[in-house]
Parts: sequence; structure tokens; C-alpha cells
Amino acid sequence: MKSEARRIVEDETLTYQQMMYNLARAAENTDDYIKYSDEYYEAKKKGCLCDLNEGRLPFRPRYICPDYSVLMEKGSAFLEIDPPKDLMEACNALLIIYKHVPSVTSFPVFLGDLGDLLEPFVLKEDRAFAKKVLKMFLLHIDKTLTDSFVHANIGPKASVAGELILELTEEMQLAIPNLTLKYDPDITPDDFALKCIRTSLKTAKPSFANHKMFVSEWGEDYAIASCYNGLKKAGGGTTLPRMRLYECSLDAKSPEDFLDRVLPYYVNLQLEYMDKRTIYQNEEAAFFKSNFLVTEGFVKQDNFNGMFGMVGLAECCNHLLGITDKAKGFGNNKEAEELGVKIMDRMEELVAAHEAPYNVCTNHRYRLHAQVGIDTDGRENSPGTRIPVGVEPDILDQLAVNEVFQKYFPTGTGDIFRFEETYLNTPEAILDIIKGAFENNLRYFSGYLENNDVVRVTGYLVKKSELEKLRNKKQSLNQVSIFGLGAADCQDALDRRVATHEDIKSK
Amino acid sequence: MKTSRVNRIINFSNVDGPHNRTAIFFQECNFNCLYCHNPETINKCIACGECVKNCPVGALSLNDGMVNWDEKKCVKCDTCLKVCKHKSSPKTTLMSVDDVMERIKKSRPYIKGITTSGGECSLQAPFLKELFKRCHELGLTCFMDSNGSYDFAKDEELMSYTDAVMLDVKAYDKKFHAELCSYDNTLVIKNLHYLLDHDKMYEVRTVLLPGRKEDNFTTVSNVAKIIGDRCRYKLIRYRPFGVREEYQKILGDDEMSMEEANQYVELAKSLGCSQAFVL
Repeated sequence: MKSEARRIVEDETLTYQQMMYNLARAAENTDDYIKYSDEYYEAKKKGCLCDLNEGRLPFRPRYICPDYSVLMEKGSAFLEIDPPKDLMEACNALLIIYKHVPSVTSFPVFLGDLGDLLEPFVLKEDRAFAKKVLKMFLLHIDKTLTDSFVHANIGPKASVAGELILELTEEMQLAIPNLTLKYDPDITPDDFALKCIRTSLKTAKPSFANHKMFVSEWGEDYAIASCYNGLKKAGGGTTLPRMRLYECSLDAKSPEDFLDRVLPYYVNLQLEYMDKRTIYQNEEAAFFKSNFLVTEGFVKQDNFNGMFGMVGLAECCNHLLGITDKAKGFGNNKEAEELGVKIMDRMEELVAAHEAPYNVCTNHRYRLHAQVGIDTDGRENSPGTRIPVGVEPDILDQLAVNEVFQKYFPTGTGDIFRFEETYLNTPEAILDIIKGAFENNLRYFSGYLENNDVVRVTGYLVKKSELEKLRNKKQSLNQVSIFGLGAADCQDALDRRVATHEDIKSK
Repeated sequence: MKTSRVNRIINFSNVDGPHNRTAIFFQECNFNCLYCHNPETINKCIACGECVKNCPVGALSLNDGMVNWDEKKCVKCDTCLKVCKHKSSPKTTLMSVDDVMERIKKSRPYIKGITTSGGECSLQAPFLKELFKRCHELGLTCFMDSNGSYDFAKDEELMSYTDAVMLDVKAYDKKFHAELCSYDNTLVIKNLHYLLDHDKMYEVRTVLLPGRKEDNFTTVSNVAKIIGDRCRYKLIRYRPFGVREEYQKILGDDEMSMEEANQYVELAKSLGCSQAFVL
């Protein structure tokens, strides 16, 4: 039988970088120093818990969100970079440090609040020149940080830097980086928000994050990283395992049994996993002792948080209520959604009752995360608390369900709304929807236009043309295209309901 | 409580006026336009039972001289609409102002206003007055999408509750309008002036017909001159899709090219109608 290493090395669809990354992961997984209870391993084997292939030895936090303003103010002694004096130096300094920001994918999952970071430099330059520099900057990112979990933020204030990034995002049609507007209608001017919507209809980004909501949970210094993870800036996410609620529900005799026995059982096992990784990472791994990001103040140990993930609430509720036709289940069934609320209330309560090691910034508590799903989830576990693809109700009802469930997840959740072409002429209609939804506590909104090349799969962006390359056994530079292919082929992720106006005009 | 027959309500519409709006489509129209895309909204149901016989899933039944529609059983195949000989639909709902408000309140956080359409919504003027009054209390703007057959100047009360009208001027020439819509256009043209003069017009619309250069020219040039720069003038290209077969034979099955449509936009603009555009 072929060794794992040989399987990787002989895989023609992997680029050289992807091969190295996979080989490193395989090597890491030969270690079994961190040991868990038998019950944990059993739960993992049954598919009730999933570690998202984080690797067995957490040699760095899963997600790191450096405070890049430190680089702008002080430079970096380790990287031998002086504080940048103009736009070219600033972009170059960022491009250098990005390559030294670790993550679970080995690519930086947070590129900073680019509007704020670059604005002072952009304002000193002629607009056309600034745009040219930013074009090189974005191209460099797309071709070297080849992973759609690489995520930049703009807003909540309007900025010329932000505007130029939007223009370039549309012109260049690149999947990387992922982009989020921190949106607060009291701070973000409508015309800037409308520019963001126009861009998002053409390139599936930026997404909109409910700034008021994130600030209330994290303070002003928060980051949106990876898919849509809310984390503390100058900190990050330690670990992200997830409960696969559909599989968990198979153990329950009734909804009550699930709430009273099954859910607490698996929650505790996942907490055990998180505690052990957190302790190893904070006490034994070298990262917090020696990495320059820590020693030079780009991140602080206290600002890291463990993300308690879950998927498949819809299928869990449907199973517990004996609903076999998903079109009549969660998302289209009040009883299923009410059970969903009970489950989430219970999960939130159980996680909040657990005193986590470290996690100082969150008062020694882990925070919930609605995970977007991975290709191997199949059709049994919809992302987080999402309504299964294909049975989404009218956008109004889809929003109503989201508004109930998104509040549980300070470390991230989101839903995707696909719009049809007429919305290109009426971005203000989408802004109305976002404003109303954010007022009703929607956390995160992604929209895109049908028939685009760059599409949002479940939380990350891929080009449909890149998926075709993989189907035809060619290499794709973007590391996540392979996930996208799995999600498209196994989970119908690209067949989302399109929000249409039912045109019955021309009487 | 006043009631009206509603064909459907679209919670979020981005094509029925500015911003995001809830659009309410009433049953019944007094025009019969050749290019009508939804002829099933023209008449009230006379309960002939033809659709009941043809429904493949038994979602329709005839009780007490009325066709009842079971929305849960309905598979939206539209067989009922195809077999209806009376330009009607069994899939309508008799609603009170309260019922409609209930729907609007659900959409309230996400919309800037409502638009009533049809059918011809001005046929429901008493209902509209009450509905609009209630919507204004919620801070929503109220727009009417109208064929212009209602004498707006004579109903000050309705106008006081109406923020703006979107007016169809299907033809300027009297004879051609009668041919196209089976209705006289005197009031339509009067309303065109009245609504513009009273700052109650959001936009005017005309459908451009393929192979009817002279008719298109007459309507566009006359309407453009009247509008000037006072509101949007939306030119809509005729689309054969959805038009009744017998009328497709008259109007043709061509779609007008964007290039040709743009010539009419240029024409309108040259006559001072600065906000002319094509859809």
C-alpha cells in the first residue's frame, strides 16, 4: 500500500506548495503526544466530532490576527523593516510580514484593516499612482498567498484606500483575498456601502459584517478572518473543532433526550479537546515564547480565543422531529426552528458554564462558531445553522431564520444570498435589506450575482473556471479550489436559491 | 373593513420603484393589452370550474359558487392559468387591509415603501386609501403602478396618500392605444400632465414594439416632450415570452435589439427628456 507521503507526492493536481504543506501535515500527524479520552476518540470515529484536520500538534494558533498598525508605527526588528514612509514601503512591508504569519493553512488568514492601515499613505499619492501600487499589492497577494481563507477588512469608515481596493477587486476578478466591510450605518456612508454592494454582486465580495454587534462583543479591536471568523485583533483563534449535530442526533431517542443527555455529552468531549490543545499551545509549544509576532507585540497571548464550532443544526432538528422531506423541515418549519433555538440555547449555556484555560480576553470562556462545512460533510450537515441548499424559503423568511440563529456566534457565522441581474441597477434595494437585517441582529451577510466566475462556495471564494481545471485534473494555484470542488460536487453548494423579482410587469 | 382580491404579494421587489419595496398585485384590470404578460390578472374569477377539472394535483375545488385554492397542495404548474378562458386565476386571495398590513409589517425593517400594482390597482381606490394611510403611519412611502385610466385629479384624498405614481403610457396616438389596449387613452394623457404638474410622478413607462417604428416614434417623442426633465422615462423592450399566442402572432416573436431601443432613448433625450433609459 502507498504511504501517505507517496500518495501526496504523486498527486498531479497538487502544486509544489500544496505538496509541501500536505507533507508537513502528514509528518505532524505521526505524533500522538496530546492524548484524549477513549470517549473522545470514539466520538470522532463516529463522526459526531470533527477536528477539521487541525493536525495533532498545535504548533501555532489556528488563526492569527496581527495588529499591523505596530508594523506601521514601529516596523519590525526581527524582519529588519523600518516604519514605512510611503505607500510603496507600506505595501512592501505588509507583503513581507504576511509571509511570516502562521495559520492552520500556513497562509495568513487576516491581512488587516486595509482601509485604515493604508489610507494615510494613499492620501499622499496621486490617485492613479496609488491605484497602480495597490494593483501590484493585490496581484502579489493573489499569486503568493494562494488560499481564499486569506481575508482583508475595510470600513467601517469610508476611505480612498478602500475605494481603490473595491475598484481593483472588480477589475481584477480575483478570488483572493476574501474581503469584509465592517458595516455600521451610523458610520459608513451610503455611497461607500453601495460601492461595496456593486462590487460584491460582481465578485462575491466584500461581505458585510455587523460592526455594532461585533464591537459589542469584542470591542473596537476585532478582526474578520478566514471565512467569517470574528476574533480579537492582536490575537486570534486557538483552535476550531466542530460538533456534527446530525451524527450526534442519531444517538438520541427524542428531542428531550438530545437536549438532556446527548448534547451535553458531546459538548463536554469537544471542550476536553479544546482544553488540551489550548494548554499545549500556551504552555509547551514554542509559538507564544519565541515567535516575533508575540515578542514584538503584534499579538498578545491573552487575546486568543478557542472557537467552539458546530454544523448541521438543520439536519439535526429534522432528524429529531422525524422530518424526512427537507423542504418541509428546518427553514420552512416553525417547530424545527423552535427546537433549533432550544438546542442553541442549551449549547450556549453549556459552553458558557465551562471555565476554559487561558482565553483571558473572553473571561476564560470559549465562544461559539457556526462552521461553514467541508467537502466531506456530504448532504447530512448544512453549514452552521444554515437552511439546506435548495430549500431556502423566500429571502424574507431566510433572513428571519438567520436573525434568530446568527446571534449565538461571536466567532462567526454567515449566510449567502444569490441575487439576479436586475439588482446591479438597484444596489440600494440590497442596502435596505442589509440595514433592516442588521437592525434585527443579523451578523454577517454575503451576496453575489448568479453567473459570476468568482463565487462563494460556503464561506470562501473560488473561481468556477478553477473548479473546471480540477475536474479536468489540472493544478489550481488556489489551495481551496479542491474544497470548492468537493462542496460543489457533493453538497450542491453552487445551486443556491436565487433571489429574483418575479417580473410580472408590462401589463 | 374593506377587502380586495389580491393576485400576489412580493415581499421584496427591486423593480417596482426606488429601493426595496413590498409589491402588492391586485386582481382585475380594465385594459386588455396585446402584450400583457400576465393576462390571468385581468378578470375576476367567474367560477366556471374549468381549472378545477384540469388541476393535476387536486388543489382546486368548487364550493358555493367559488373556486377554492389549496396553496399547500398547489405545485405551481400554472395549468389553471393555461386552461382559463376568462383571463383570470383561481390563485387569488380575498384580503382585508389588515391582512395586507400583516404581510407588510413582516417586511417593514427591510423596505422603504410599498407599491401597488395589478391588474390595475386604481380600481381598488377605496382600499388603497386605507392601506396607504396605514403604511404612512409606519413611515413607508406608497407608490401606485397604474395604467392611467383613473381620474386622479378628481380624487384629492387618494392623491394625498399617494407619494408617487408609475404611469404606463402605452401609446400616445388615440387609435393605436385603442387597438393595443382596447381602451381609450384620453385620461392617460390627462394624468400624464396632471401627475407631472403636481410632482406625483416617479416614472413613465412605454413598451417599444418591434417593427412598429412609426408608433414607437409617435409615443416616445410626444411623451418625452411632455416629461422633459421632470421624471424618469423608462423604455421597455417588448419580449414575446409570456405573451398570449394569438397576440404574439400580431406583435411578432422578435425581441427589439438594445441598439434599436437606444435610438429611442437618444430621441427622447434630444427632446429634453434627460432621464430616459432603456430596460
